[in-house]
Parts: sequence; structure tokens; C-alpha cells
Amino acid sequence: MSMQIKVDISKTLVSAGRAFRLNVRFESAAGRIVVFGPSGAGKSQMMKAVAGLMTPDRGRIEVAGRCLFDSEASVHVPAEQRQVAYLFQDYALFPHLNVRQNIGFGLQRGWRNPAARARHEAVARWLQAFELEHVAQQYPHQLSGGQRQRVALARALAPQPSALLLDEPFAALDAALRQRMRRELDALQRRLAIPMLMITHDPEDVRVFGDHVLRMEDGSIVPAEEGAA
Amino acid sequence: MSLDPSAWIALKLSLKVACWATALDLLFGVALGYLLARKRFPGRELLDAALTLPMVMPPTVLGYYLLVLIGRNGAIGGWLQQFGINLIFTWQAAVIAAAVVAFPLVLKGARAAFESVDAQLEQAARVLGVPPFGVFLRVTLPLAWRGVLGGTLLAFARSMGEFGATLMVAGSIPGKTQTLSIAVYEAVQAGQDDHANLLVIVTSLVCMAVLVTANRLTPNRNPQA
Repeated sequence: MSMQIKVDISKTLVSAGRAFRLNVRFESAAGRIVVFGPSGAGKSQMMKAVAGLMTPDRGRIEVAGRCLFDSEASVHVPAEQRQVAYLFQDYALFPHLNVRQNIGFGLQRGWRNPAARARHEAVARWLQAFELEHVAQQYPHQLSGGQRQRVALARALAPQPSALLLDEPFAALDAALRQRMRRELDALQRRLAIPMLMITHDPEDVRVFGDHVLRMEDGSIVPAEEGAA
Repeated sequence: MSLDPSAWIALKLSLKVACWATALDLLFGVALGYLLARKRFPGRELLDAALTLPMVMPPTVLGYYLLVLIGRNGAIGGWLQQFGINLIFTWQAAVIAAAVVAFPLVLKGARAAFESVDAQLEQAARVLGVPPFGVFLRVTLPLAWRGVLGGTLLAFARSMGEFGATLMVAGSIPGKTQTLSIAVYEAVQAGQDDHANLLVIVTSLVCMAVLVTANRLTPNRNPQA
């Protein structure tokens, strides 16, 4: 389940008249990589670049042996073809779709959403695996924090991605729930053997998931002692 | 109260003109509203202002602009003339006039509705393997449609009541370009008060019905909230 990720990108972001320079360079073959650093360090932007949601000014991104972005070779695989899963910090569940439709979203091609009551074998499996069967017909605003995260994870994993990107996955949860969901993700990741890249500012995430820990500050990866934090 | 044939004809013409004008506004309003809400480009706010101008300009000024554009010697009208197409004093000209006047209502509603959709939801859909147009149809539009529809119904009501620009480019030909609002003017000018009363009541009822429907569709009743 090693990921083989190579990132070497730079981007100047301007917001409210202030320029922020993102200059990220790292590579890793670990199955669980944690990028650790304070908020505002550019972690989310780096992750968006990997997912194809932000275009770097120049550089190269490679995930699992596949080149996703190369400014010199004019390679820019669009986000929808990168086959990476992305778990957003506040989950970004579709508010107009129920749990079943949210999970099936990435399994349905074309211009229409899955039907509200459609039976889909893969969706049924995910509902069962995450113990979400009893809320399958409910909408995101009717769910608890833990259920929301499970739905978001199931939705992200359903299209069988080659890597899982997690943006501060436990930040939106209270302390007790955070511990439980951390254990769930830990077990799930081992079971699926899917390589993951997590960004976080929580040292506890680093302890549990940090096979390879990278420290990020002011838009750049800074050298860190192994297994730091 | 029964409608006499001429009132019926004016009502049907008004509805036809308003339907076509609204359909045109919906098409362009959704496209341009999305563009203004989601894309950054130089002159974005200038474009928004230019497209909103019909809301604040006197209809006669708009009518004059339209004559300059689609009149026989106009930039577009002259070109159409080559194909034997003449727009001035036709019901199609009334459609164009109504569409231009009502356009800002659709545009404003659509832009606000698209801006209220969390861009992160669109990003989430992209990462799940859905290309941009699919994301628009499956995420953006379903979350914005109430706002879009509200503006569209207002535009329909506004089109029903359009008078000034329509009179200038389409004239007042009974049964051909004489819409309800123009028929009211003609009836009052001719001293036919009974007829004018009837037309005014019909117009008011249709516009009320549309507004009540528009209010029921205001975005704050969205179940997602």
C-alpha cells in the first residue's frame, strides 16, 4: 500500500492584496503520510493541487507512478480523471441528496444524479460497512457529526480511488468523537490498504497516522526529525 | 364578466410574447449569471452593470437603442434585411423588447443563486469523477434553481407589463403587436373606459398570480437550510 507520491510545485497566491508563496517539494513511498503544520501554512492548497482543484504555476505531481501534473510537459490531468479521493474538512456532503445518493454520486456517470431510492450493490455494501443503513434515506443536515464523516468517507471511497487525501479530517468533531473516528479510520485504512495523505495541525493525528511525517510552515516543507511532533 | 374577442387576442399575444421573452432570458440569464458568479475575468463588474442597465433606463431609451440595432438600417437589422427578415413592427420585435427589459431580473436572481452555492460542493463533485457540465447539472443547478426560478417568474411578470420599448419597436397593430398593456393605452386614449377597465383587471390578475408563485419559490424556503 505504498503510495509513491512526488510533489514539486510552486504557486503564488494573492488574496486581499497580500501574496503568499507556496513552494512544496517532497517525495515519499510510505502508505500513510501526514503533513503537519499550523493553519495558514498552505497545507490545504498543496492538497488541492494534488487533487487537481488548484493549478500550480509550475512543477510536477506524481501519484502512484502516474504523472498528474507537469508544467514543462503541459500535463494537467483534470480533477475528475485523477482517481484520488478527497475528504473535505467539513465533508462537503451534497445537501440536496440523501445518504444513499451521496455515496452513489461518484458511481453514476452522466448528467443525472442517482435516484433517491435506487438500489445499487456497491452503495449497499458501503452503507453496511459504515453502519449507515438506517439513515440511508436521510439528508446530511439530519445526521450526527460522526455519521456525516462516515458518509463522506464512503462517498470518497466508493469509486475505488488510488489514494485518499484527508484535509483535517477530525477538526469538525468533539474530542470524544474524534478519538473514535480516528480509530475507525485507522482500522479502515489498514483493511482497504489504501495509501493516504493527511494534512493536520493535531499532534494526535501525527502519532496515529504518521508513518512518514512532513512539517509544513509558511508554504514550504521544512526538514524535520523522523516521527517528530 | 366575459372577455370580448379583442381582449382575448391581446391577452394571448401578451402571454406569447412574455413566454418567448422569458425563455430567452432564462437561457442567457443562467449562462451569464453563472459566468458572473463563478469566473474571474477583467471587466466582470462592468459587464454586470451593462447587463443591469435595462432595469434603470427609461424604456424609451431602450426602445431607441433597439431601433438603432434591429431597425431596417440598424447594425443587426440591416444584416437580417439581406435574408428578407424584418423585425420592426412584428411580434418578434415585441419579444426582443420585453426580453431586454426583463433580463436583469433573471440575471440578478441567477447570479445571487449561483453565488450562494458553496464552491466546495462543486469541487467535491469534480474529485468524485464528474466533469464540469455534469457538476453544473447535478450539483450547482439543483441547489440554485429556486433562486433562478424566482427571478424568471419576475421576468415573466415584467414582460407581461412591458410597454414603452415595445411600442417603439413593435408599434400597436391590433391582433399582431398590440399587447394587453398597449391595448389599455389605446382604449384609454379612445375613451373606451369599460374596455380599459376589463383589460386592466385581466393584466392585474395575471401579474398577481405570477408574483404569488414567485414568492412561494423564494430561496429561503429551501429545504437544505
